[in-house]
Amino acid sequence: MNLLFKNKKITGILTILPANEVKFEDEMEHYNFSASKSLKLKMAMGYNTHRIAEKDATISDFCVYGINYLIENGLLKKEEIDALLLITQSPEYFMPPTSNVIQGKLGLKQDMICMDINQGCAGFEIGLYQAFMLLEQPEIKKVVLLNADLLSQKVSKRDRNSNPLIGDGASITIVENSESENTIFANIKMDGSAFDALIIPAGGFKTPSTPETGIMHEDTAGNFRALDNLVMKGDDVFNFVQTEVPPMIEDLLINAKINKDDIDYFMFHQPNKFMLNKLADKLEIPREKMPSNIVENFGNASGVSIPTAITFNLGNRLTKESFLICMAGFGVGLTWASLIMKIDKFNFNQIIYF
Amino acid sequence: MNQEIINILQEIRPEFDFSQNINFIEEGMLDSFDVVTLVTTLDEKYSISIDGMDILPENFASINSIVALLIKNGVKS
Repeated sequence: MNLLFKNKKITGILTILPANEVKFEDEMEHYNFSASKSLKLKMAMGYNTHRIAEKDATISDFCVYGINYLIENGLLKKEEIDALLLITQSPEYFMPPTSNVIQGKLGLKQDMICMDINQGCAGFEIGLYQAFMLLEQPEIKKVVLLNADLLSQKVSKRDRNSNPLIGDGASITIVENSESENTIFANIKMDGSAFDALIIPAGGFKTPSTPETGIMHEDTAGNFRALDNLVMKGDDVFNFVQTEVPPMIEDLLINAKINKDDIDYFMFHQPNKFMLNKLADKLEIPREKMPSNIVENFGNASGVSIPTAITFNLGNRLTKESFLICMAGFGVGLTWASLIMKIDKFNFNQIIYF
Repeated sequence: MNQEIINILQEIRPEFDFSQNINFIEEGMLDSFDVVTLVTTLDEKYSISIDGMDILPENFASINSIVALLIKNGVKS
């Protein structure tokens, strides 16, 4: 499905990452691999360090810390926030929405919208689409888009498929109407028939957590995990991405009538370096235009990965310069989405640690 | 080329004999992470980029299938 938005802009991104850093080598002993094989995998996939939150931390802690940072530094005013839009798969409760919890902790006005959306790897795109739609309302001038996930708590330390790449974190993206002509070309696709390609099988209403769902089992590849843990069918997800993402980007470029060479950066979701390099090669995009350095430095925090890629790779340059960027998210759902938009002289674009 | 590929495979999984005419995947001699290492090594050695859509188990099941994959991705036989 193609989507089109007009006169919307991002005015700042703040990424909040855990201060706690864990090195790949320190976790190798948990994996059912020889050390040499683990190190080869580290090189190929780009694993190195990942940021893991403390066990008692929650996503509202990260979001509140970040919003307070912006307020204290004069980058955001409480009364300006007309919508808190939270994209997460780590909600604090089944009810109420965590965005309401954040609103309450911050003491924001009542005359506003709080909304949670359950999405992951494409959560930044879906959050932006929803923010753009909310901004069509005359009384909504500023949307605070929150992407936050602390999924390391749901990943088995003995699962070499998922544990080396997982990261925790949150991002705050300010989305507003733009007075200048600014057309955003976008698309999105979903395939719920493969809903179990990335899943936490137990813990919901269908299969509530019990002592049995917490028991670790070994799979055929030697990973140990319980039904309470995140499980990823890595081969299926890889094949899905390599099959669906390149044509999605080609279609987007055709629809937008934009030449591939005119895109300054391809800021894609960050599952691992190997997958991103293969996508860049398939799309005939220079690898330096598609940063793949987030997993090795921070881990993959789901919908936070693209904001992290933008803040880490462009930093303060984005407060002075403009870039035409193509974003793409792909994963859980299955969901895949992409958009092309100009990002222009943000008020802030930085990473802080919590 | 066959011997070069066997040497690469032996380096990845030294405990197996890849000169045998058997299915490497079905026999458990290569798992998906071995395939990632193999693709990275082949890409570097032959200065190619194996198409992501070709990274399927059946293309790494034997020396012949790996050779066919390399030829498909631009390596001269």
